[in-house]
Order: sequence, then C-alpha cells, then structure tokens
Amino acid sequence: MADATTIPGRAATRPGVARTGGQPPRRRRPPAYARRDALTGYLFIAPQLAGIVLFVLVPLALVVWYSFNEWNVLAGTFRFVGTENFEKLLADPKLAPVLSATGVFSAGLVVFNLALALLLAVMLNRRVRGITVFRTIFFSPVVVSLVAWTIVWSFLLQDNGGINGLLQVIGVDGPNWLREGPTAMAAVIVVQVFKNVGLNMVLFLAALQGVPQEVQEAARVDGASDRQLFWRITVPLISPTILLTSIITIVGSLQVYAQIAVLTQGGPGISTTVLVYYLVQQAFDFHHFGYGSTLALLLFAIVLVLTILQWQLRRRWVFYEN
Amino acid sequence: MRTEAMVRNPERPEGAARHAVDVVVPPVVEVDAALARPRAPRPVGRRRPAGSPWRRVLFFGALSVLAVPFVFPTWWMITSSLKPINEIFAFPPELWPSNPTLDGYVEAFTAQPFAQQYFNSMYIAILVTAGTMLCSAMAGYAFARIRFRGQGVLFLVVLTGLLIPSEVTIVPLFQMFNAWGMIDTHWPLILVSTFGAPSVLATFIMRQFFITLPVELEEAARIDGLGRWRIFWSIALPLSRSALAAVAIFTFLHVWNLYLEPTVYLQTPELFTLPQALTRYTDAYGGEMWNTQLAAATLTALPVLVVFVFAQKQFVEGLAQTGLKG
Repeated sequence: MADATTIPGRAATRPGVARTGGQPPRRRRPPAYARRDALTGYLFIAPQLAGIVLFVLVPLALVVWYSFNEWNVLAGTFRFVGTENFEKLLADPKLAPVLSATGVFSAGLVVFNLALALLLAVMLNRRVRGITVFRTIFFSPVVVSLVAWTIVWSFLLQDNGGINGLLQVIGVDGPNWLREGPTAMAAVIVVQVFKNVGLNMVLFLAALQGVPQEVQEAARVDGASDRQLFWRITVPLISPTILLTSIITIVGSLQVYAQIAVLTQGGPGISTTVLVYYLVQQAFDFHHFGYGSTLALLLFAIVLVLTILQWQLRRRWVFYEN
Repeated sequence: MRTEAMVRNPERPEGAARHAVDVVVPPVVEVDAALARPRAPRPVGRRRPAGSPWRRVLFFGALSVLAVPFVFPTWWMITSSLKPINEIFAFPPELWPSNPTLDGYVEAFTAQPFAQQYFNSMYIAILVTAGTMLCSAMAGYAFARIRFRGQGVLFLVVLTGLLIPSEVTIVPLFQMFNAWGMIDTHWPLILVSTFGAPSVLATFIMRQFFITLPVELEEAARIDGLGRWRIFWSIALPLSRSALAAVAIFTFLHVWNLYLEPTVYLQTPELFTLPQALTRYTDAYGGEMWNTQLAAATLTALPVLVVFVFAQKQFVEGLAQTGLKG
C-alpha cells in the first residue's frame, strides 16, 4: 500500500523535488508509486494530446508551409514560390473589400449584439411572474440548428418573402434584402444577432446579479435617478463582462461561414464576403490551396492579436474581480 | 465550483478567474446564479417591474414586441412547412396554413436520402459526444489531479486548440485526410471533433471541475487500495455529472450543427449530415423547394428545441460555458 502523503493534487508533491522545508530542491528518484501514477497521467492525456498534435499543430505547421507554395489541384501542380502568395495577398484587389466587410460585420455584430443583450438582461433582471418564459424565448434560437435558422431567414428576407409581405400589409414596399445594396450586410448581422444574443444576455444577467445591492441602494439614497444609476453604477461594475463578451463576440464573428454561405453567398458583388468565406472560396471552390493557406494565416494573425489583447485587458480589469 | 457558498459569495463573482490559466470561458458560478437558478437565494433587482399595473402592462408589452424576431422565424418555419407550395408566398402572408399538408415532409424524405442523413448526423453526434466526454474527462482529470513531468507545458499545448480557429487549419486537414483516403467518409468529422480543437474546451471545463473536488475522497479510496483508474472511474467521474452534462450538451450541439467541415469532407448525398443536406433541396431547375426545405429544417431544429424547453437549466449552463462561437 502506498503511503498517503504522495497523493498528488497538492502543489508540494511534485516528484523529483525534495519537499523538506528550507533545503534547496534536489533531484532524486521518485517513489515507485509516483512513477506509476505519472505513467497513468500520460496515458490519460494521451488521446487528447495526440489529437491536438495531429489535428491542430501539424495542420498549423502545414498551413505555413502551404502558404509558401503554389498549389493548384486541378492542374496538379505543387511548387515552392517563396513569398509570392503574400505578395499576391497584398496586391489582391479583393483584400480591402473583404477585410472591410469582415470589419463591418464584426463591428455591427458586436455593437448590436451587446446593446441588445444588455437591454434584454436589464429588462429580465427582475423577479416578476412570467419573466422566465421570456428568458426561455430569448435564449431559444441559440439551440436551433444554425443552418435551419439561417434558411428560415433567407426565406423570410426574399423579395416576395414574409418580411416584405408583412411590410406590404402596412403599405411599405420593402427592398430585396439579400440581393441588393447595403441591406445584405445588415440582414446577415441581424440574423446572426437574433441567433446568438441569448448567450450574451445570460452572461450579462449573471453580471447584473453580481452587482452588490448595497451600492445601488446607497446611490438611490443619494438621489440618483434610474439613468444615473445605470450609467454611473451598473455599467462600470459590469464592465469586465462587457469587455469579455465583446471580445468573445468579435473572435466568434471572424469565424462566421455558414450564415454567409446560406444567406448571401458573399454577395451582392462581394459585399458580404468575409475573410473565412473568401478563404474557403479560394481553397475549395477555386482550388488555390496555397493562397487559401495564406488567407488562413491572415485570419490566424487577427485572432491571435485579439486574443493577446484580451489577455492584456484582462490583467487590467482584475481590479474589478477582487 | 458549484457549491452554495460560492454562489452566494459576492466577493468572488469570477469563479474561473482564480485559476492559473484563464481562457475565454465565462465563469460558471455567475451563470448558475443568473439563469439556471431563477430563484437565487439573494434576490437582486427590483421586485416589481414598476409601481402601477399600467407600467406593468407596458413592460410586458415591450418584452413581447422584442420577442417577435426570436419566435417568429421558428413559427414561420413550422407553419410554412405545412403549407402547399403555391401558398408559401401567398399575399397577404398567412400566419396559419389554411390547407395544411404534409407534402413537404414526404418530399423531404424522397428528394434526398433524408432518413439516412438524419441517421448520419445522429450517430456522429452521439459517438463524438460520448468520445469527447470520456477523452476530456480523462485528460481533464490527469491535468487536475495527477502529477507528472511536463504537465504545465503539455497543458499549454492542449490549450492552443482554443486559440486556433478550425477555419485556419481546414485546408491542411483536408489534405491530410485526403492522403489517408478518408475524404468522403465520416472519419474526419468524428476524429477531429472528438480529439482535436473542439474537444479542448471540454477538457478545460473538466479540469476546472476536478480541481475543486475534495482531495480527501481520493485519499480515502487510495488507503482502501484503489488504483488510479478505479478512483477516476468509480469516484471522480460519478461526482462530475454536472460538468459532464455541460460538456455533453455543447458537444452534441456543436457536432449537430457543423456545416463547413461536412461540406468540405463529404460529397456523396448518402453520407451528408443534416445542416449540409438542408441546403441541397432544389428542383430540376435549381429552384429552391421551400416547403420541403422548411420541413427538413423543422425536423432538424424541433427535437433539440423540445429537449431544450424541458432541460433549460442544463442547456443554459452548458452553453454559457462554451464561450459562444459565432
């Protein structure tokens, strides 16, 4: 029977490190139990680790390698071209519109999503009979299949679809939402917001319930109005959640593909061709795997910057957490 | 992680933030208190919406108006799927089908091998969910409870899966599976979802859970002579039911809704998954068969929606922990 002191899970029981207080750590052979335990540890993480190496790290290395090659599957050519793909990227006349579509989509999504999520959370943060029904309603699209949800909206937003039908009843002649002008991008954003705003709403609700009641009461005693209470007390106190959800929402918005593919196919023109859609189009429709990989690296760089930004910001808002 | 004391403790609103590595996983505790427990021990917010009944009506009226875009699409999907094709675009729009028919549903199964596609989605989602639960529980347990050399570094290696969007690696993954002869099979969907990037969040959630499990339970088992596997399987795992439920829900939904991956990997209609199949209902001229498409969409969306209504608490917790993608 192994001695109970070597039970892992406590910081000091690391094998190979002497635990006697005061002495410098000195290497020694770990006890048989710890060695067997460590082996179990490796076995336990093996499937997940192998999956990450094989399906994340190796592909990531390959995507870098591909980006230095010209690979046309139809022609069956694969050759090293150095930085040609990157030069092509910078010279690509579609890059600016694609990036601006990506930016407009992300910005529109984050503003509309957060504003609506906050509004809903504030409205639902009351203990009234029947409020849970509304929470369920606003959350429910989150669990509806994304493609099913998007198909219904594309049906509704057609020129002769349900939305224009309803508008006509009140005497308004609606545009062909998905096929002309700037309404396509707006439509994609709106559809996406209604699909997922429930998640942010839940996070905001949680944050609102973390606002100490004493602070609110104190402000109220001092004569703060509802509006002042919200902007001066509530918003600053839940600002960490606002920041967190906005970054999660932006990073998520960069990965949107199915909505675009089903609603607009990147059109009209290329007005709703976001980066991921362009990447998939180049790689799998036009079979430019090398250039597609270069675009993938660009996407990765953007996500990486946003994630680092998030970690930095997180460090700054730790103030609120303690 | 889930104890009453912590839910009540206002000093620690950010449950996950206490741990060394914090990723974009929203704190579990907060969510517990917010939605999953509508009757939280400490009521926050005003008890009444407003003083007068008039303002109360106004309040619920505003909420009802806001609810329209959340409910109407689902309503429109179900009712339109029951309309004959010539009434689909009727003007003025009919909120209720005057001549309900199941033609769309029949057509959904005959125009495509829809039953087969339904089965594909179902079996892949179940297989991946079960695999992810086991794989992430084991890895999460090892990272939380077992000491081994290189643990910190290996954990960071696993966490890279959270950082890299799957769209970034889709091209090389396609080439790898192509080289292995796995294109137009379900293997890429199953393998990548179970072991690759999508399962990292599950491992992270399981690790966070196991960290909070009292060590004493395991010490007692150890003294009774139980080995690691037995401790994991018969003590730690049964105690982690709530975390496993969260993992199961978001894994199932994630796999059920996958769209880009199936369209990239699969070419044969018999192998399609549901989201992919939904977009392929076109007539001989390439026109869309709307009532058929909507019937298929209803059949895809409705089962999950019904389960959601009955198991809201678990859904909200589980999904809030995923850090919402998209």
